Amino acid sequence: MATPQVQEKQQPETGKAVVNDFSMTVATKNGSGSQTSNLTLLRALFKMGIPVSGKNLFPSNIQGLPTWYTIRLSKKGYLARRAEHEIVVAMNEDTFVEDLASVAPGGAFYYGDHLKFEINRTDISVYSFPAKKFAKDSSAPATLRDYVANMAYVGVLAHMLEIDMAKIREALEYHFDGKEKPIAINMGVIEAAYEWAKANLSKSDPYRVEPMDETKGFIMADGNTAGALGSIFGGLQFMAWYPITPASSVAEGVSHNISKFRDKEGQDGKTYGIVQAEDELAAIGMAVGAGWSGLRAMTSTSGPGISLMTEFVGLAAYAEIPVVIWDVQRVGPSTGLPTRTSQGDIISTYFLGHGDTKHIMLLPGSASECFEFGWKSFDIAERMQTPVFVMSDLDLGMNTWMTKPFEYPNTPMDRGKILWEEDLEKLSDWQRYKDVDGDGIPYRTAPGNKHPRSAWFARGTGHNDNAKYSERSEDWEKNMMRLKHKFETAVNYMPKPEVISSGNKVGIISYGSTDAAILEARDYLAEGGLQTDYLRLRAVPFTSEVKDFIEKHDRVYVVEMNRDGQMNMILRLEYPEHTTKLISLAKHDGMPLTANWVKEAVELQEK
Amino acid sequence: MTETAQMPNVQLNLVGLSKNDYRGAPTTLCAGCGHNSISNQIIAAAYELNVVPEEMIKLSGIGCSSKSPAYFLNRSFGFNSLHGRMPSVATGAMFGDHRLRALAVSGDGDTTNIGMGQFKHIMRRNVPMVYIVENNGVYGLTKGQFSATAEKGLRLKYQGLNPFTPVDVVEEAMASGATFVARSFAGDANQVKALIKAALSHNGLAILDIISPCVTFNNEDDSRHSYGWGREHQEPLHDFTFVPREQEIQVGEFPEGTTKTVTMHDGATIVLKKLDRGHDPTSRSAAMKLIDDARNEAVLLTGLIYVEPNQPSLTDVAELSTNRPLNRLTEADLRPDKSMIETANAMMF
Repeated sequence: MATPQVQEKQQPETGKAVVNDFSMTVATKNGSGSQTSNLTLLRALFKMGIPVSGKNLFPSNIQGLPTWYTIRLSKKGYLARRAEHEIVVAMNEDTFVEDLASVAPGGAFYYGDHLKFEINRTDISVYSFPAKKFAKDSSAPATLRDYVANMAYVGVLAHMLEIDMAKIREALEYHFDGKEKPIAINMGVIEAAYEWAKANLSKSDPYRVEPMDETKGFIMADGNTAGALGSIFGGLQFMAWYPITPASSVAEGVSHNISKFRDKEGQDGKTYGIVQAEDELAAIGMAVGAGWSGLRAMTSTSGPGISLMTEFVGLAAYAEIPVVIWDVQRVGPSTGLPTRTSQGDIISTYFLGHGDTKHIMLLPGSASECFEFGWKSFDIAERMQTPVFVMSDLDLGMNTWMTKPFEYPNTPMDRGKILWEEDLEKLSDWQRYKDVDGDGIPYRTAPGNKHPRSAWFARGTGHNDNAKYSERSEDWEKNMMRLKHKFETAVNYMPKPEVISSGNKVGIISYGSTDAAILEARDYLAEGGLQTDYLRLRAVPFTSEVKDFIEKHDRVYVVEMNRDGQMNMILRLEYPEHTTKLISLAKHDGMPLTANWVKEAVELQEK
Repeated sequence: MTETAQMPNVQLNLVGLSKNDYRGAPTTLCAGCGHNSISNQIIAAAYELNVVPEEMIKLSGIGCSSKSPAYFLNRSFGFNSLHGRMPSVATGAMFGDHRLRALAVSGDGDTTNIGMGQFKHIMRRNVPMVYIVENNGVYGLTKGQFSATAEKGLRLKYQGLNPFTPVDVVEEAMASGATFVARSFAGDANQVKALIKAALSHNGLAILDIISPCVTFNNEDDSRHSYGWGREHQEPLHDFTFVPREQEIQVGEFPEGTTKTVTMHDGATIVLKKLDRGHDPTSRSAAMKLIDDARNEAVLLTGLIYVEPNQPSLTDVAELSTNRPLNRLTEADLRPDKSMIETANAMMF
């Protein structure tokens, strides 16, 4: 197509530019290399100082199925997903019709001119461009041409939205780790497309960008890599894992990066072991074996893996073995929606296992908090001698977030109550499961301890203080009551919630990746006249601040991403006296929560 | 302190311990159970090899056999884990202090029914440990159901006829690349002990399939897991002598030309005196043929079937320190320096 099609109709607020406040979605096929293009756009905008968030909506597929990447720019710093998008770039014939229909009125639609479809909308600006031409003309080897082809829309958008080309180059330099050849090839395509757009397209929509200064002091990170790095700073010594979406990048984040941080020149041997297990049962089994042997051990998985790990988690809780388990939640039950986000494992994980079991859950709400809980989880697990779950989700774990820089651990490692030879020498009597300190936490030893009184027999069967097999009812009850007491002690080691409170009647409780949507929704609610307070949970069991918050409010909305309002159920169990105050607002469509949904859900209740 | 008997007539080994120091709690298994005699040989082997009990760990899954680690080596750390999942626990546990020896006990149900997957993978990874399968063809604790090693056509009182082909532990081990494969019979105490000793000095996964009759549920003379059948059909591959590293082989101790000596990774040697079959246990193809022939001939071939002493073990592959075990490392070894936080942030964008 020689001449580009430009249609100009019904511009909103004609002449008035919309700057740094819109969403754009790129529709491509999975496996086509579009992720590099999308991240380049995202990073360039971030480097321009504009608050951005990027969300990848991808299928459970390697190649060919449709995938969408949405970038939201928000001068106000809102990072949640919006359901609407003003700019759509269509590169996939399979979804062309729906992509065209999805553009917000007054928006802009860009499409590769190899896609031959009728344009049936007159309320938006439409631009076509020769998407394949630039790659063909470039120096890219034939095998890579399809991948670099996606850089065409980067160049076109750079011109049309006024994205700084120098920032695009910076983004590419980061992506390709400074390797000049791929940078040059990709930049070549972008520049050619930019020049082409400059010569051939005339802008008729109002959306564009401008440099700001709102991203200083932030980094761009995904929660999984952040958690992996946090674990490395936490002194991770053993990791076993089994591949599963969306958790694989936690383990890969560890295995790809740990040597950089932990291997020192002239060091005698590694300070860690990593095993890709044959399944999740083996992954948790290895981690439990390593935890028993005195190592900071972890595994990472998602819902189906958690189900498989159940029996071992019960064993570790009952035999009191420290282990850290990351659950990057996706939509269940069953295989569910493997590439969609959810907070659906809250109830099942809290009570995971048969018999009376409750587990510690940490609830990171940002990528930098994933880093923090990466190291903190080991301290808590070893202190409490029990499994600790870090409940992330696909949106937090796999998407790229603007987040605060990672902070070096502000407390020394807590190895908990572990005794070595010299400790035992000072004790006339040591029993593995005896509650010496009255906090429910016994003292443990680890294999390799050479003291002749150091050994004990770990077992999932009934045992007495001495770890000896016992079927006596008194031993069983006493031990289970001690474990209950230990769980109460755990509250003292939990991260406290983040509370924003100014004496309003209505409170919101939420956790995890919903944070961005809640913060934005509170602004909208306030604009409509409803002031709200907000408590973001960071751990279960709950610290006293949670009860205080509920007590101080007339109504508390518990916002979460599942069907049954799982955290609300736990809150009601813990605070039965406040059951009528707690109102569940739960959404489970697999998509990251939007502020509009939260606002409307609250307003509906408040009517 | 666990008391070491100091009475003058008690014999102490080279590390100053008596056989009592290697015992465990009294067994709760049935009288006459093959597992008890294996426990006794584990005690004898550890005592004779001068193993310091704190330098050994013992592991098991669930079942009669898996109860037995409570009945030996009281002074060793133990882990009675989950049904069929001992291999994963052992794999992780070996990273704690890889200088320790590990001995695991499992049963035929624990290994070849519920635990087949983990059994195969622990062999692939060549985890340095002894893995004993106390093999009786039935489930004892749940009262006599067939396991996957029960022979086809076996008839038991409550279960009726077993119509399915059995799993052969040794064949599975060979197929999965195990680096030490042996079979024995609980009734042959000396051979069991010699094989345990050899297995304990192997740097890699040593599989010992020990036919261990269940006196309660599967001990009819026509059953291949019975004392009667085992005694009748056992055919040792060699006369077997294990010589620890500390003890040199005396010239002329073994008649020349009729022996094969295998030097283990730790310097110990296994001297195999050839019997009728003249089997070379370092030949994989000979081992495979031997197993096949034995099955066709309906004999219980016992002895060292296959050994490959020089494959790197899992902890070798993991490049752990030779001196300092992982579980002795401290914050200074494990937490990157403060300046490294900048590196972490710079890795992001």
